[in-house]
Amino acid sequence: MHFFEAVRMALRTIVTQKLKSFFSLLGVLVGVTFLIAVVSIVQGMNVYMEDKFANRLIGLNTFQLRRMPNIQTGDTPEETWREWQRRPRVTYADADYIETRLHTPALFSRFCSERLRVAYGSKSAKGIDIAGADAAYFQIKNYDLASGRPFTPQEVQAGTPVVVIGDLLAEKLFEGVDPIGKPLLIEGLPYRVVGVVEKQGTLFGISMDKFAVTPFNAPVRSRICAWNTLDEFHVQAANPASMVAAMDEVEAMMRIRRQLKPGQRSNFYLQTAEAALEGWHKIAAILFMALPGLVAISLVVGGIVIMNIMLMAVAERTREIGIRKALGAKRRDILAQFVVESATLSTVGAALGIGLGILLAFAVKAATPLPAAVAPWSVGVGVVLGIAVGMGAGIYPASRASRLDPITALRAE
Amino acid sequence: MSDLVIQIRELTREYVMGADRVHALRGVTLQIQRNEYVAIMGPSGSGKSTMMNILGCLDTPSAGEYWLNGQEVSRMVDDALARVRNREIGFVFQTFNLLPRATALENVELPLIYAGVSSKARRERAVSALQRVGLGDRIGHRPNELSGGQRQRVAIARALVNRPSILLADEPTGNLDSATSEEIMRVFGELHRQGQTVILVTHEADIAARANRVVVLRDGQLASDRLQPDRAAA
Repeated sequence: MHFFEAVRMALRTIVTQKLKSFFSLLGVLVGVTFLIAVVSIVQGMNVYMEDKFANRLIGLNTFQLRRMPNIQTGDTPEETWREWQRRPRVTYADADYIETRLHTPALFSRFCSERLRVAYGSKSAKGIDIAGADAAYFQIKNYDLASGRPFTPQEVQAGTPVVVIGDLLAEKLFEGVDPIGKPLLIEGLPYRVVGVVEKQGTLFGISMDKFAVTPFNAPVRSRICAWNTLDEFHVQAANPASMVAAMDEVEAMMRIRRQLKPGQRSNFYLQTAEAALEGWHKIAAILFMALPGLVAISLVVGGIVIMNIMLMAVAERTREIGIRKALGAKRRDILAQFVVESATLSTVGAALGIGLGILLAFAVKAATPLPAAVAPWSVGVGVVLGIAVGMGAGIYPASRASRLDPITALRAE
Repeated sequence: MSDLVIQIRELTREYVMGADRVHALRGVTLQIQRNEYVAIMGPSGSGKSTMMNILGCLDTPSAGEYWLNGQEVSRMVDDALARVRNREIGFVFQTFNLLPRATALENVELPLIYAGVSSKARRERAVSALQRVGLGDRIGHRPNELSGGQRQRVAIARALVNRPSILLADEPTGNLDSATSEEIMRVFGELHRQGQTVILVTHEADIAARANRVVVLRDGQLASDRLQPDRAAA
């Protein structure tokens, strides 16, 4: 018998027995919904973590020379923590040494920050991230200016008290006033606003626009950096390969400067976006490992339900099978009819599951800052699983149907 | 080839029921010509139903030969039998045996689906079969929207649609009132006149009387086989 005949008959059976069909589809539906939703959300998280989190916090093709990791996911043993605390800080001299000797072309910025108080006129704000940096910092962080200009290397050199502020600060402190050229007090020290950085948005719901950047040598330096030391030294390369090369160079230079013996562990840290994502990748890996199991459980349950429904259908329609056989249906015709019916049933379940899963992913997208990204492969896997479960579950009932004796089947009520 | 449609020799059918052997047919020999109108009669337990099942290729004999339209079907198995049922036999049942959820047209198309006829040709042939039994205006109706007589005519159309060698009717009026029975029997008579070989299995003498040959079975054996040429045109 023709395949489309069988599909058409299956669809008609589903339509005439809507409620029963729905319940029999539930297992497959839940399994596939779960698959699509989880994959979409994890993928969305991936995009979010890589695009926003790592590249925003660290910068593209950028690494930071630090005393210890600053982005920690997972537990750090007490001992490791204490070892980190004993490490020497990165110094100006380290930064100068690297900047003058690094072969790989790169941009550099010294960096220190502290949460301080700022004021404009009668308005003030506490806990604002005040950073001291070099002029290349804006490029490294990919900060575009909404208005004004960044500070110049000359201003850094001279320690001119100018400041570039974040969007939120501009909005809250300078409500309705153009902040460019206005005086800003940082911990009581007078600065002049020269630029406003374009809105950066939020990360996990926390605003990324509550900051101000001053030239590294500006007066507030003494409040944000310990004498002669740096929080971080940022190095940005042109591409991932040259970043790796630059990291190797910096590693070697620092080990020489600190007179570390071969085999001795480095007492500094090179923070990369990759490393910051390590914890997330661990979580994602666990989710992806658990996913097949969870989906499999739903699908096995769904398959058993469908098998039962199909066994019931065969029992209910014994007479129909007898009629079909009397009219010339061969075993394989009956087998195909019930397998296709089962597969159609299950595929409808999978299709509903795909719809629901995508809906769920978009609901998450709407409700949270996470961008859900529906992975086309997961839709394909969903459809294939639906068909496979239906066929698997249908084979036994269908083979029972196909082996019915036509005389007995015709006598059935 | 002779004009024999059915040729049966020493047909035996035994069933094993627990420890007992039941002999439903004990050596029946029978020949039916093309375009005969035969009634097979007999009381219950006579082997009438077994005969009908074997003639309809739903069952196979324990011993003996059955040739249908030049093919020996008594040695065939499952799928080959299904093929013969599809091509050579048109069944009409007492309880109509239509698919309840399918329309008249879809019911009539069913044998053609299994014969692998294309959907366009299928529809044309099914419509013309329905027209032949006077139901050309009922093709979209489902069985529950049709009267008993109309249902049986759908079943007859379905039996005819594959142009079978024999039309095999098992108590075709058993579920119908006398007026409707009359109407259905007229259809059989008309088909016979048009050249169709018709075999009726019945226990009702007045139904059997419409046939031009009556075969009576008793205890699994042929009890009588007589022609009634005077009633042939009934």
